[in-house]
Amino acid sequence: MSVVTLFGLCGPVLVGLGLFGLITNPQPLRKILAFNLLGSGTFLLFGVIARRGAAAGLGGDPVPQALVITGIVVAFAATAMAIALLLRLFQETGQATLEPDDTNDTNAATHTS
Amino acid sequence: MMPGPVLLTNAATADGFLLVLAIVLPVIGILLLFACGGRYVERIVFFLIPIGLGVAVAVFAAIWRGGRSLIYIVGGWEPPLGIALRADGLSAAMMITVGVVIGATALFAREEFGQPRQRPEARAPFVFWILLLAIWSALNIIVVSDDLFNLYVALELLTFAAVPLVCLKGYEETIKAALRYMLFALFGSVLYLLGTVLIYGAYGTLDIALLADRVRPEPVAWIAAALMTMGLLAKTALFPFHLWLPPAHAGAPAPGSAVLSALVVKGSFFLIVRLWFDAMPGLMTVAATQMLAALGAGAILFGSVLALRQQRLKLLIAYSTIAQIGYLFFIFPLSAGAMASDPWSGFGWTGGWMQLFSHAFSKAAMFMAAGLIAETLGHDRIAEFGGIARVLPITTFAFGIAGLSLMGVPPSGGFVAKWLLLQATVMEGQWWWAAVMLIGGLLAGGYILMVLGKTLSDADVPLKPHGPITRSREIVALTLALCAVLLSLVPLRSAEFLQIGRPVTPAVAPQ
Repeated sequence: MSVVTLFGLCGPVLVGLGLFGLITNPQPLRKILAFNLLGSGTFLLFGVIARRGAAAGLGGDPVPQALVITGIVVAFAATAMAIALLLRLFQETGQATLEPDDTNDTNAATHTS
Repeated sequence: MMPGPVLLTNAATADGFLLVLAIVLPVIGILLLFACGGRYVERIVFFLIPIGLGVAVAVFAAIWRGGRSLIYIVGGWEPPLGIALRADGLSAAMMITVGVVIGATALFAREEFGQPRQRPEARAPFVFWILLLAIWSALNIIVVSDDLFNLYVALELLTFAAVPLVCLKGYEETIKAALRYMLFALFGSVLYLLGTVLIYGAYGTLDIALLADRVRPEPVAWIAAALMTMGLLAKTALFPFHLWLPPAHAGAPAPGSAVLSALVVKGSFFLIVRLWFDAMPGLMTVAATQMLAALGAGAILFGSVLALRQQRLKLLIAYSTIAQIGYLFFIFPLSAGAMASDPWSGFGWTGGWMQLFSHAFSKAAMFMAAGLIAETLGHDRIAEFGGIARVLPITTFAFGIAGLSLMGVPPSGGFVAKWLLLQATVMEGQWWWAAVMLIGGLLAGGYILMVLGKTLSDADVPLKPHGPITRSREIVALTLALCAVLLSLVPLRSAEFLQIGRPVTPAVAPQ
């Protein structure tokens, strides 16, 4: 098995793990970590695509590399923002959870905010 | 790669720089705000907004006169390597709508978030103006971008600007709402990116115009389309991804709610349309369009019924947004149906966009009216609204007029939109969507009249207004509501404008 194939298989595995974590974990912090795992898998896949697109005789396709760098910056910013919100929530309430009872707001939200 | 037909994308138009201006102006505003500080907020914002609106009108005029899209090739690098900005009739109409709503919101927010000289400088108001300009810029990028990755970045900019707007007040509930919104948005953005990666891997380009020729109905395209659509649906808050929307839109300050509900959710919807109609027309099958519309129908019924059950006005309006978003998704089966040889001239296409524009105006007006009512009473419990119509007659009137549009009662943009969509269901032989639309209209009538009835009834206890409401803010809300009404007076012939720059090939996939 070549390195490219190995990486190519790793990407989808990471994506799958991340997606699983994002959907099944109720904890916001774990969701944010799962999002990063999912993002890493996506970037790895993109790297492999760059390598595969090297048929033209170049060492690799430079476009995906440029896009991956941009993507990492965006994902970093998104993570930072989510963590900042979570920290603020922890400071306000002393816990870092989104309890499920306030998703159904017909009754919970009758008090004024 | 086989040689495609000669593409129009490679010809930059002379007026293309206007598109760059539309994107860059708000960004310049943000930089100036950071450089000059909070004291100059109003001067900078109210200097830039008329210019930005002027640019949008100039783009509109250029497309109207020329009858073709405006194109700008960034840095002179042509696609597939470079990035193209392209504005068709639809983009220009979106730009105008965005500009008008942003401008009205700025006028409305002036009192709440202004920084008078005698008071010490505060941070939250300052942040509000930065976020407002950032949303404006991000939406302009979304409507003119022609590159899927560029659109991803724009979508993220929009999210990063929209989420803090939710928790500007800093209460516990609003932080929770913002965090939930953020988690949905993260999910959506990474799925969109994954789809983009697959498309690049399969077709070697991210330029929408080039993709239209290259994408074939095959597994990789299907998976990419499914991932991207799912991600965008999460950001558009289409049923069943709507959970984050009501607390987020209801928790934001009134001007923030207006922008979030009227514009921000439409950004990702616009992208779904670009994706299916422009980038991957070959994938548009009957099953796919029916599925999207079925989710839309679910949103209409679910959102309307829940709106009826709300006891707080802002939550009611937020649930109504979920329902009204549902109508937008009827654009897929009704313009890509088998009967229309040219989907762009059909009633479904025009009706869908009419719904988007009229909802943008009426929903912004409604949230502003709700904000004024909440400010007067100190709460927004609908049961205690008695006598409000006496205290705030203009606001109540604005709410009522905006409500006409949501219900689909003439004369209003919402009526024209729903009438066109209904006609399209008949012409396409898809009566089941007509049934959903009629039920949705009745339910909307129910929740609007429920609120109006309360405001017009007498107060049980004499109202003690918390503070005087300045007439100018009421007028802003009323003006936006009247914009929604005026849309119905626009002659339908001018809907041809929405067809400028559309691809000539029909979007129907062979069965």
